Amino acid sequence: MNALLPVVTLATSLLAAGVIFLLPESSKTVRTVVNLTAALGKLGLALLMIIGVAAGETYEATLTLLPGLDLILRVDALALLFLTLSAFLWLLTTVYAISYLGDGPHLSRFFGFFSLCVAATTGVALSGSLITFFVFYELLTLSTWPLVVHKGDGASLAAGRRYLIYTMSGSAALLAGILWLEGGLGPIEFTRHGSLDAGDPTVLIGAFVLMVAGLGVKAALVPLHGWLPSAMVAPAPVSALLHAVAVVKAGAFGIIRLVYDVYGVTLVNELGVGLPLAIVAAVTIIYGSLRALQQHDIKRRLAYSTVSQVAYIVLGTGLFGPYATIGGVVHLVHQGLMKITLFFCAGALAERIGVTRVEQLDGAGRRMPLTMAAFSVAALGMIGLPPLAGFVSKWYLGIGSLQAGQHWVLAVLAVSSLLNAAYFLPLLHRAWFLAPADDPARPAARREGPAWLIGPGLVTAAAALGAGLFAGLPLSPLGWSTLIVTRNYAP
Amino acid sequence: MPATLADLGMPLVPWAAVSVVLPLTAALVAALLGRHAHHLAVPMALAGIAVAALAILDVVRHGVIETTIGGWTPPLGIALRLDGLGSAFLAVIALVGAGVTLFARAGFGPDAEGRETRRGYAFWPLVFCTIGGLAAIAVAGDLFNLYVGLELLTVTAVALVALDGKPAALAAAMRYLLFALLGSLLYLLGAAILYVAHGTLDIRLLSRSADPETATLAAVVLMTAGLMAKAALFPLHGWLPPAHGSAPAPASALLSALVVKAPFIIMLRLWFEVAPEIATSVVAQGLGALGAAGILVGSLLALRQHRLKLVIAYSTVAQLGYLMLVFPLAGGSGEQQPWSAGAWTGVVFHALSHALAKGAMFIAAGAMAEAIGDDRMDRLDGVGQHLPIAAFAFGLAAVSLMGLPPSGGFTGKYLLLTSAFASGQWWWAVVMIGGGLLAAGYLFRPLSRLLAKREQPGALLAVTRWRQAIALGLAMLSVLLGLLSLGPYELLQIGRPGSAVEGLSS
Repeated sequence: MNALLPVVTLATSLLAAGVIFLLPESSKTVRTVVNLTAALGKLGLALLMIIGVAAGETYEATLTLLPGLDLILRVDALALLFLTLSAFLWLLTTVYAISYLGDGPHLSRFFGFFSLCVAATTGVALSGSLITFFVFYELLTLSTWPLVVHKGDGASLAAGRRYLIYTMSGSAALLAGILWLEGGLGPIEFTRHGSLDAGDPTVLIGAFVLMVAGLGVKAALVPLHGWLPSAMVAPAPVSALLHAVAVVKAGAFGIIRLVYDVYGVTLVNELGVGLPLAIVAAVTIIYGSLRALQQHDIKRRLAYSTVSQVAYIVLGTGLFGPYATIGGVVHLVHQGLMKITLFFCAGALAERIGVTRVEQLDGAGRRMPLTMAAFSVAALGMIGLPPLAGFVSKWYLGIGSLQAGQHWVLAVLAVSSLLNAAYFLPLLHRAWFLAPADDPARPAARREGPAWLIGPGLVTAAAALGAGLFAGLPLSPLGWSTLIVTRNYAP
Repeated sequence: MPATLADLGMPLVPWAAVSVVLPLTAALVAALLGRHAHHLAVPMALAGIAVAALAILDVVRHGVIETTIGGWTPPLGIALRLDGLGSAFLAVIALVGAGVTLFARAGFGPDAEGRETRRGYAFWPLVFCTIGGLAAIAVAGDLFNLYVGLELLTVTAVALVALDGKPAALAAAMRYLLFALLGSLLYLLGAAILYVAHGTLDIRLLSRSADPETATLAAVVLMTAGLMAKAALFPLHGWLPPAHGSAPAPASALLSALVVKAPFIIMLRLWFEVAPEIATSVVAQGLGALGAAGILVGSLLALRQHRLKLVIAYSTVAQLGYLMLVFPLAGGSGEQQPWSAGAWTGVVFHALSHALAKGAMFIAAGAMAEAIGDDRMDRLDGVGQHLPIAAFAFGLAAVSLMGLPPSGGFTGKYLLLTSAFASGQWWWAVVMIGGGLLAAGYLFRPLSRLLAKREQPGALLAVTRWRQAIALGLAMLSVLLGLLSLGPYELLQIGRPGSAVEGLSS
């Protein structure tokens, strides 16, 4: 039973993908039912395992590919954090996507790859060894590419090409790093404290750099972020998925695994690779914010904001000390909730009232009040306003940086928050306080709805609010992150 | 190693021999049947797979199988010998052979009025002869039988290339014939030298016989040069793209998937079984360097092609290059290399998964070419919507060719890469990883065309779903080979030469 659960969890979305690929384009209802059943099933399984893991159970399944090459699915607290996030957001994104794409072309193909993409994310979350992680990381690249090029026009294909060049090169670097490391030491599983103490420092550092570079592409660390803004041509649900759940998070999650469960904090410290990582993250945070400030297309502004915000996770990982770590880990969830809200809302705005650029937002709050309310909650959270989720992350990161003796990080956090305010507040100002331009093409009547398009954003906004308000509860993202870090730092 | 038949009792039916005799008989019958020959496709596909399965079962149960013809043991008689390598090769011959013949059934039957055509008449005997020749190479235990198999392949493969009868195809076939004949000549010369020096051509006896070094070295070098010409290994690859590009699609699949692998299997036997002791580190690195050059040159040329079949053909040149990396990478002590005998097994995995994936890809390309009328890349826009199964097959096959997980191509690359890192020869790892990226480059070009919007006018012809499904089946097998690689891995260890573990230039 304990070997079965992780496999079944993975299989829910794999099977859904297989079934959806085989469905004819016209059977919309069946496709919707399959999609939602699988999404609900997976969320249920994740919750089941949360209860188990909290009670000290372990879930593990192994498939031996070759002597010495095992695919290992193993459920620990960190895996569950990411798994639950992706299961929860997948459900909402599916609901949203069904409404957003409506009766568009190639829907079987779209939802097939969509499910495959989530299967890959599940695999990334549950991976128990480096090579297993690589397998699913690569599957993620393959299954997201058809989503990025979904529209099939010139711009999508160009963005898809760019996406592939970045991610495939990243995967190559990751594979090289993994095998270089394993070439001397044998297969490496994720353990709680890391087990590489005996290795040759040159190999350890070299492999670390290669692997971080490979993971940094998906996590969009500067200067490896170039694919992300151009991938904005994809449909809104895809952007939501790429930015909040699957792709960037897989990279950030991998870096967390690498630092905590492969090398171990102590060894990363001894090798002196943690601080450079934190510096790269800090540069990314500032650079992403500055670029976001310059964008006038809403989705592009959000994209650069992602570049900046995901780097908080890496920053927390690179700094030592439990608080910074908690801040980084919990931001994995918080950023996901807030960013997916922003994308859901941006997609709804574009779809319902044709707003895609910042200047067009004037008066949008009157025409789509619920959507703009959700958008505002998420944006304020991103800025770090208490008691929203983003505040909790930044608070922990701040305390952690003091604990680690890296006071400069406080300055980075402060500047970044100011920049966040500078690129988000004008949007809110325009939407709520400016009168809509007299544009006959965009009538001023309310265009809120349908519920399947607007609802998911409201739910995730509420979740972002709740994650901040109820951060003290043991099963909140913060409580869970604290549990993970306690287990990691425990002797 | 369970060696002799006396130890274990001989299997009741010599399936290894049947696997050669059956397709050759089918070729004869096909010639007699004339325009009805395409009716043989289904029964032969099933029988081929069944016989291969039974032969493999024998190897799994009894270890290496030896069958003497007419009861005469070597050196007087001729022995068929089937080990893990040979039986794995038999399996892909049966599978790809089945795919090719089933796909060809519609294209090479009688024409619309029921009259027989030259294409249809010649195709079936040639295809079955090719399959027979391949099987002969898989089960041969001596260098002369291998030669007979090679010659059979040369004749039939060249004829398959020329089958369309267009001037370009004839020119390509002529070029192929010249290279192949040169190869045969060199091979035969080498075999003759070995025979004079050792008095036998039986591989096992040769590997045991005391060694006149110079003669053996000269022979192996000559034979290797000949085999490289036949396997289109760099720098002798020039004939392959036009030949595989102008043959009919099912023939291209057979040629690219299997026919060029046969000479490489013989190279493996030569270097690892006949004379493992003659390789020096310089030779091993040199052969590896030729392979690396093949990977780079083939990939770069594939990137520049404007016809789909030529992209796939140049991809074969590149993928064959990986095979040569076995020479520098095989072996290494247990301490250096925790996954013993990685590179030798990895290279065979690479060859097997390439066979399945390349067969799938040429068949998928054939289906696409049927639909749009030719195989120009700029006309592929939106074909994925029209032929979703073929497009999906193309994508899956591409995954395996790029060496991405989870596929047979990944398993092979993984074993080769771990060997490279474990033995400190990281430069081969750089080549392999670079080759994977280049493969992504040339394969995603057609793939993104398939997903693009179709803006060109003109109706597409229909290709039935089950014919597209043949490509998908082969592509899925190539992926499954990676997902379920433990079984094939263990099969390959049966009768694996000791030099695969120890390395060539130790």
